[in-house]
Amino acid sequence: MSTSVERFDERARREAERVGQTVVHRGELLRHPVYTRVLHWLVAISFVLSLLSGFAVYSPWLFKFLAPLFGGGPMTRLLHPWFGLFFNVFFFFQFLNWFTPMLWTNDDTRWLKRIRQYTTNQEKMEPANVGFFNGGQKLYFWAIVLSAVLFLITGLLLWFDDFTPRWVVAVSYVVHDLAALLMLVGFIVHVYEGTGAQPGTFRAMVNGTVTQKWAWTHHPAWYRAVTGRDPYESCEREKRRQADREEAMAEWERKQDRGDQL
Amino acid sequence: MHCEDPGCLRACPADGAIIKYENGIVDFQQDNCIGCGYCISGCPFDIPKFNQKTKKVYKCTLCSDRVGQGLEPACIKACPTGCLHFGAKEEMVQIAGLRAKQLREESGFAAAGVYDPPSIKGTHVIYVLHDLDNPERYGLPKVPVIPPSYTVWKWLAKPTGLLMAGLGLLAVVFHRIGIGTKLPQPEEPPIVESQPNPGAAKRKEQP
Repeated sequence: MSTSVERFDERARREAERVGQTVVHRGELLRHPVYTRVLHWLVAISFVLSLLSGFAVYSPWLFKFLAPLFGGGPMTRLLHPWFGLFFNVFFFFQFLNWFTPMLWTNDDTRWLKRIRQYTTNQEKMEPANVGFFNGGQKLYFWAIVLSAVLFLITGLLLWFDDFTPRWVVAVSYVVHDLAALLMLVGFIVHVYEGTGAQPGTFRAMVNGTVTQKWAWTHHPAWYRAVTGRDPYESCEREKRRQADREEAMAEWERKQDRGDQL
Repeated sequence: MHCEDPGCLRACPADGAIIKYENGIVDFQQDNCIGCGYCISGCPFDIPKFNQKTKKVYKCTLCSDRVGQGLEPACIKACPTGCLHFGAKEEMVQIAGLRAKQLREESGFAAAGVYDPPSIKGTHVIYVLHDLDNPERYGLPKVPVIPPSYTVWKWLAKPTGLLMAGLGLLAVVFHRIGIGTKLPQPEEPPIVESQPNPGAAKRKEQP
């Protein structure tokens, strides 16, 4: 296939791999390559800027706190659509990048049905059918896709309101804010799950790697697919290894203690 | 038009950019305006205009500065034929009513009346029209309405949305404290090197 018909995002992905690399140490697995990570943080930065500048215009109460961050009200108003546009462009690339792994399957429906057990940590390990992304992550992804489309359409209508009928502006205003609230709820949960709730997750978006323990705990089907090993057997094996190591360490301690006495 | 229920004010997201004074004047504060233009779509009369140079919105202030000093607005002072009047609303409604009556009874304008639309609780600039049944002829809407989405959104949904966002943050914090983290399995045993180990001391006692 000649380069002219090559998909632009695929070329971008290859270029990104040239500027950075991912070091996978022993006991780790590659989760997100450089391209995905760079895109993720571009999306994240433009989203947070859009969110803060948008919140300034959203509510008079937040206005006085947030507008100074962007150089006052008029500048906030001027910058917000540009932040939003950047968000949409970056997310479009992430959409192309993640479209396939994010496709909804029956396993995800099953995952959603047991969301209660998931949030209350009733099971130590995820069920065997949880793949690279779980149902919650996919739900968030598709919520962003929906919101991004709504943001773009209503945002453009509000940006160029000279050409927009009065009632369309009034409706766009509401839809734009609804999309923002949907995104905000997802964003809070997403940041929490990626940092405080599940230790070992954040590094996937920084170094690009996760530990194998993390992989079989949170994404057993993915672990099975990339290593060819059974996630639960691997976990049991690790448990035995840990017990043996403890025993060996205790033995060493005892030996040392005897040595001291002699 | 200086509406009693101003659509521009309902739509405005900036703090103190649009002020409705007790005397009925609706004034734009240029310092606080952020130039979003929501007021333009909020207004049923298409009054606010966007200034491309200052990137802010402006409109007639009814000379609120002059009125504040006890003077009448400049347009009224300048009007050579005395067809503009300024004063308390009841007084103006009375004068306008008399004029409309005159038009109806003496000049043959059967539909003459005072334009003071009740759908926005009246305006503080009122007009005597020859034909009150067709205010569109004068560029005025028959029933001026403010899109209800502004009212519902600004006074109900926005605070609710903020509350939800706040509760979401609280939920996350308390989930972390109450339910806690999900660690990769099997969990590593805790390291207690820095603490005194009673087990090791016991082992020492019995060789």
